[in-house]
Amino acid sequence: MTDQGDRWTAEQVLDLAPDDASRKAGGRLGGAGPWSQIGGSASGSVWGLCKGSGSKPYRTVVDLTGPAYKCSCPSRKFPCKHALGLLLLWSAEGVGEPGEAPEWAAQWLADRAAKAARPLGGRAAPVDEEGARKRAERRAARVGAGVAELEQRLADLLRGGLAGQEQVGYAGWEETAARMVDAQAPGLASRVRELGTIPSCGPGWPARMLEEAALLHLLDRAWLGLAGLPEELAATVRSRVGLPASGEGEAVRDRWLVLAQYDTVSPDGRLTTRRIWLHGLAGGRPALVLDFGPPGRPPGLALPVGRVLEAEVHFRPGSAGLRADLGERFAAAAPCAGVPAGVSTGAALEAYGEALRQDPWLESWPVVLGPVVPIPGELGWQLADAEGTSALPVPLTGGGRSRGGLWQLAALSGGGPVTVFGECGHRGFTPLTAWQPGSTEPVALS
Amino acid sequence: MDKSDEGYGEWEELVAAALLGTERRRGGGPAGSPEALLDAAAVHAVRRRAGLRPAEAGPRPEPAPRDPRPAPPEAAGHRLAQLLAGRSGPVNGGGRRGTAPDLTELLPQWLAAAARHGYRSPAALVPALLDAARARTDLRPQALALAGTRGLWLARMNPDWRFALRGGSGGTGELPEVTDRAAVERLWQEGLFAERVALLGAVRAHEAAAAPRLLMTTWATERAEDRLMFLDSLRVGLSAGDEPFLEAALGDRSRNVRATAAELLSALPDSALAGRMAERALACVGPEGVTPPAECDAGMLRDGVVKRPPAGRGERAWWLGQLVEAAPLSCWRERFGGLGPAEIVALPVAAGDGWTEELHAAWCRAAVRQRDAPWSRALLGPASAPPAAGPGTASLAERAKLLETLPHAERAEWVAEFIRAHGLSEAFQLLGVCVVPWAGALGQAVVDALDTARDAGSYPWSFSGVMGLAERCLDPAEAGRLEALTTAVEDLPDAAPGAAAYWAEAFQRLVSTLRLRAAMLAELAPA
Repeated sequence: MTDQGDRWTAEQVLDLAPDDASRKAGGRLGGAGPWSQIGGSASGSVWGLCKGSGSKPYRTVVDLTGPAYKCSCPSRKFPCKHALGLLLLWSAEGVGEPGEAPEWAAQWLADRAAKAARPLGGRAAPVDEEGARKRAERRAARVGAGVAELEQRLADLLRGGLAGQEQVGYAGWEETAARMVDAQAPGLASRVRELGTIPSCGPGWPARMLEEAALLHLLDRAWLGLAGLPEELAATVRSRVGLPASGEGEAVRDRWLVLAQYDTVSPDGRLTTRRIWLHGLAGGRPALVLDFGPPGRPPGLALPVGRVLEAEVHFRPGSAGLRADLGERFAAAAPCAGVPAGVSTGAALEAYGEALRQDPWLESWPVVLGPVVPIPGELGWQLADAEGTSALPVPLTGGGRSRGGLWQLAALSGGGPVTVFGECGHRGFTPLTAWQPGSTEPVALS
Repeated sequence: MDKSDEGYGEWEELVAAALLGTERRRGGGPAGSPEALLDAAAVHAVRRRAGLRPAEAGPRPEPAPRDPRPAPPEAAGHRLAQLLAGRSGPVNGGGRRGTAPDLTELLPQWLAAAARHGYRSPAALVPALLDAARARTDLRPQALALAGTRGLWLARMNPDWRFALRGGSGGTGELPEVTDRAAVERLWQEGLFAERVALLGAVRAHEAAAAPRLLMTTWATERAEDRLMFLDSLRVGLSAGDEPFLEAALGDRSRNVRATAAELLSALPDSALAGRMAERALACVGPEGVTPPAECDAGMLRDGVVKRPPAGRGERAWWLGQLVEAAPLSCWRERFGGLGPAEIVALPVAAGDGWTEELHAAWCRAAVRQRDAPWSRALLGPASAPPAAGPGTASLAERAKLLETLPHAERAEWVAEFIRAHGLSEAFQLLGVCVVPWAGALGQAVVDALDTARDAGSYPWSFSGVMGLAERCLDPAEAGRLEALTTAVEDLPDAAPGAAAYWAEAFQRLVSTLRLRAAMLAELAPA
């Protein structure tokens, strides 16, 4: 665990900070100065004593597999600045040879290990089936009313024509979105909000607005005809409308390579969504794990890009089988020894098209592309197959990425072919991670 | 993405219908009711997305030239990423910085050490390096050198990084063999400014006389600012062979070019210009006293003397200063009957007329320009003497420049003695010209002086400038000895409240920075 190639980078550590103040405070503690008795175990934990203002040093221990933290300081922030400082120190300098944890750290680590070993199931309360059925019926009725209202709104829009929408403004759509929230259909609400922003998006907006309105209409129609749909598609529709997934998903154990991790913040700045893309090394299956952070705090789950974790992943029904939750983990994350095989631009679009059969509302599909050459351009970037004349456009925005990541990609390629992981969709290909020629170390494009 | 998709025309019709509204489009078109229009559009949308085909690739960029240098070891690369990310570091607010090392100041050292090892930047960090170089001009030469050919390749594509192409840092492009005349000629005619400066340097290193020849081929068509930069690049390794070219540049259209040419010529003690200036200066200054020039004639003007003095200075003193500054220092020995620099400086030349200060200041500038150690030593005087009583100048900035002409060890010794005699408050600029890491005696003097300042009871941020320098310049080997100073002691009775704790913190930071520097340098050592 204390191996050089296995440490996290400082950025990965600082991503865990609950707020800016902690980030700064943790940074100040990231040097050897205040620390003593630091050490780490082979199974993935680090600990140390941090000198504070009091006479007794704080006892800080981090379980890297979680990650999970414990510190004797009174801070209610999580992780506290001491845990961040310890991780930064570890990321910069390591903690020497793996060793035995001191007693104060060992107890907590043992408790965690015991908890992790307990099976996932077995603690659910007895199910009140009758009550649950009634609640589901009531909710379905409310969603149905929302859907009917939305259909009316869309019909009005098309009857009157899109032409006036630039002047109408956003307020009307915001109101409709609020009605969808009331109808307990958050998925419809966010699509409605999205729809309302299109008229201010520049040239070509009428076509985009018609497309989005039509797909929203398709979702409404699907909901109304839910009973007649095959189970998998019905699950997709339910999750697109915003209903919680029903029933346990399929559990798949594999060695999962972390291909990308990035955050997006909701337009009102209140919710941070973290997307983590995994790729099953044996089964070849992609998985998308989402985690959310409340206002001002990053999500708790953090998986370093390029690591492989042996774990069970529970796939949720529907949504083209992408959404998954992380289940039991069997070993600490280890570095990956290889580079995933890439496909051509044509094959990438085919994969997206194929996935649309299961989920017509799917924006994009995870693809490892390569070998491709990034082509910077003032009007837009492209990723072109190393051989031939085909290319995918790169959307200027999307995926929460800035253009800085694109320049990083160009720098890695130096005009030559590279392997790139990203999201391939109807707007183009958004690069997230790249491998430079001759290296197995992935570079997360920031 | 491919607009020739089947059914595209029909989609256009649907958009037209949607824009207008179904109400106004009764009795025609592809869709009657709004619902039917949405149904048709949904089918189209999904079909279009599912049937997407790749676009036509645009022209691919020229591959970046190969950079033969090795990448730094992995740990060092991670460290660089960390230093670049901490560039706008959060720890720099206000006077109190806590005990965390200041990463901003370690970046220049990392870059310098990487340059000594001959590394190139990890490719993924090149954009961050270019951004750092853009924000901090002091980092620019080293950051661009590390970024190398990959950096220049990127800079051509991003207007934000255009500065890199005019940086003049040199040595970053792939230069042709200097013996390949056609290739040299082509790059000189077509290259970017930075490449041309680098080429000029390479040609000079190979054959000094070839550089002026190359310059002459395009001199008349270069822009004034480029002429100035080319001239300036001759400063390093200036030799008598450059004289004819510089002499010709005295007649340049641009006043700045003329002044720079004159300055360079006066740094060549055997040049004709230096001879002419010596003749003029010797006519003004001698054992019998000082008689400043009565007028600024055409010859003086051509040799770079500026006629109009700045506000508040007399014309004649202004001209005198320029003549003495440009005259070779070697000419004074004979004029003063074989005396050495120290004895000449000690003479009460024209003390009565008040020219002494003017004369000494001009000698200081001459010693700096001609990099003359014996004269600098004489003008500096003993380090323990109060600055105002020194022979040459009391200005610390000018003394720092004089120090730079002395050998490294002597420089460190002089500053150490200065600190022992006068403390730290005046030492900042002088410390800045000492070689890093500081020599043992100098480091010891600084640490002792800090310790004394602590005992005197003031707050450490009165010394934050020197503290910052110490973090950058103290030998990491000193960390062990400093450890004793990091323990907080009780405030002394007459000390400022809390000062002892702040001092302990400041010393802690110093120690942890030194440790970090040591780790950083160790990481850079080739595996």
